[in-house]
Amino acid sequence: MHPLPPLLHNHPERIADEVRTTAERLRASYERVVIGYADCGTYGALDAVCADLGIERLPGLHCYDLYAGSERLERIFDEQPGTYVLTDFLARSFARTVLQELGLDRYPELRDTYFGHYTRVVWLAQQPDDELRGLAEQAAASIGLPLTVVETGDVGLDRALADLVGERAG
Amino acid sequence: MTPEEILQALYDETLVGNAPRVLELTEEGLSVSMEPQTLLFDALIPSLEEVGARFERGDFFVPEMLIAGRAMAGAMERLRPLLAETGVQTVGKFLMGTVKGDVHDIGKNLVNIMLEGAGFEVIDLGVQVAPEKFVAAIDEHQPDIVGFSAFLTTTMPMFKANMNALEKAGIRDSVIVMVGGAPVTQEYADAVGADGYAADASQTVKAAKRLLQEKRSKVPA
Ligand code: B12
Repeated sequence: MHPLPPLLHNHPERIADEVRTTAERLRASYERVVIGYADCGTYGALDAVCADLGIERLPGLHCYDLYAGSERLERIFDEQPGTYVLTDFLARSFARTVLQELGLDRYPELRDTYFGHYTRVVWLAQQPDDELRGLAEQAAASIGLPLTVVETGDVGLDRALADLVGERAG
Repeated sequence: MTPEEILQALYDETLVGNAPRVLELTEEGLSVSMEPQTLLFDALIPSLEEVGARFERGDFFVPEMLIAGRAMAGAMERLRPLLAETGVQTVGKFLMGTVKGDVHDIGKNLVNIMLEGAGFEVIDLGVQVAPEKFVAAIDEHQPDIVGFSAFLTTTMPMFKANMNALEKAGIRDSVIVMVGGAPVTQEYADAVGADGYAADASQTVKAAKRLLQEKRSKVPA
């Protein structure tokens, strides 16, 4: 597994190019390359790279779909459009991936500019334990929102990965 | 400070988002009888355009853009009544909102600031604006242009819903429709039947002016 920087999510216009470069490099030494990204804000650009290189990616619009399933997620957003979603990864890295990237560490007064219209944080808990629970609570508190926990487990992601990797192996 | 120095400092301090300083410099400019338009067109707007360009190049990220936008908005508040007094005619009326189901609004707000700077009267309906609300607001305010903003793949289809609502209310042809937001492209704008699209705030201003001119030249005097 060759990780791409998750912070690319904040610069989705760069995802497709990074994927192309990495995939082309890896193809030299591996029989098969698959991509562990969903569309994730590339708005189709990643699919174009996949089609071009003849490789597959994870399904879905974004990462959250994979954990919660797109229908469940849709329901969550329908209930409260002002929902901010956390994954285990985001809960753990919130200070860096969100607070720092959005500049809230340097400009705390921007809190309302970003989150003024939000009403809650929903944590899609994949492998909840006390430590993560604490971190998720801390994350929600740091942007002044209440936390709802929705336990999803890893099934969705596991299944999608198995489908992706298994496809041609069988 | 000479007027040139004031303009340069205003440009520089807007670029780094130093809101208090920008306001001070605006006051200083006015106190030495500089025209509000000069402060706006020769310092504030070019500075925010540079911010946009840096964002495009990846030198700036969202927070830098926000604090610069806020600094300019502060100065605009001070200049707005003066600009109105000098009798500069408003270019046109622009009604703006983020579509239903979407609460991203940073891009929309920046567009609003630039439109105001360029002389538009902007009416902002905020976020999560349902089709009925757009229709009611068009009835009430009679804008020249209405803008729909969306940021999620899942909320973009609301453009079409809004268009349908305008059609149904029989007001589609009374207003120019522009759409925008990170996921939106010219093709998508064409597909939903919008009149215009723009990729960033300064292009929005240009496109809005062009569309208005086209429309006005068609209407017999
Ligand atoms: C800042 C941000 C946020 C902030 C929003 C704060 C706010 N008040 O708006 C926060 C952190 C709250 C947030 C939340 C979420 N976000 Co967000 N967010 C971003 C980010 C990083 C930047 C967007 C931005 O503000 N850009 C800066 C502005 C200036 O640019 P712009 O929006 O494109 O606007 C310009 C043009 O589009 C144009 N324009 C804009 N409007 C209009 C209108 C008209 C009429 C015209 C002509 C032009 C025009 O002019 C603007 C100025 O130049 C993007 C990633 C990215 N880099 O694009 C993700 C991104 C948009 N978010 C995304 C997601 C998934 C979410 C969440 C669902 C994540 C979550 N964990 O819950 C939630 C949304 C929840 C909800 N209920 O809506 C995805 C969308 C993916 C998709 N396929 O839909 C992105 C692409 C990130 C990613 N790669 O996953 N987000």
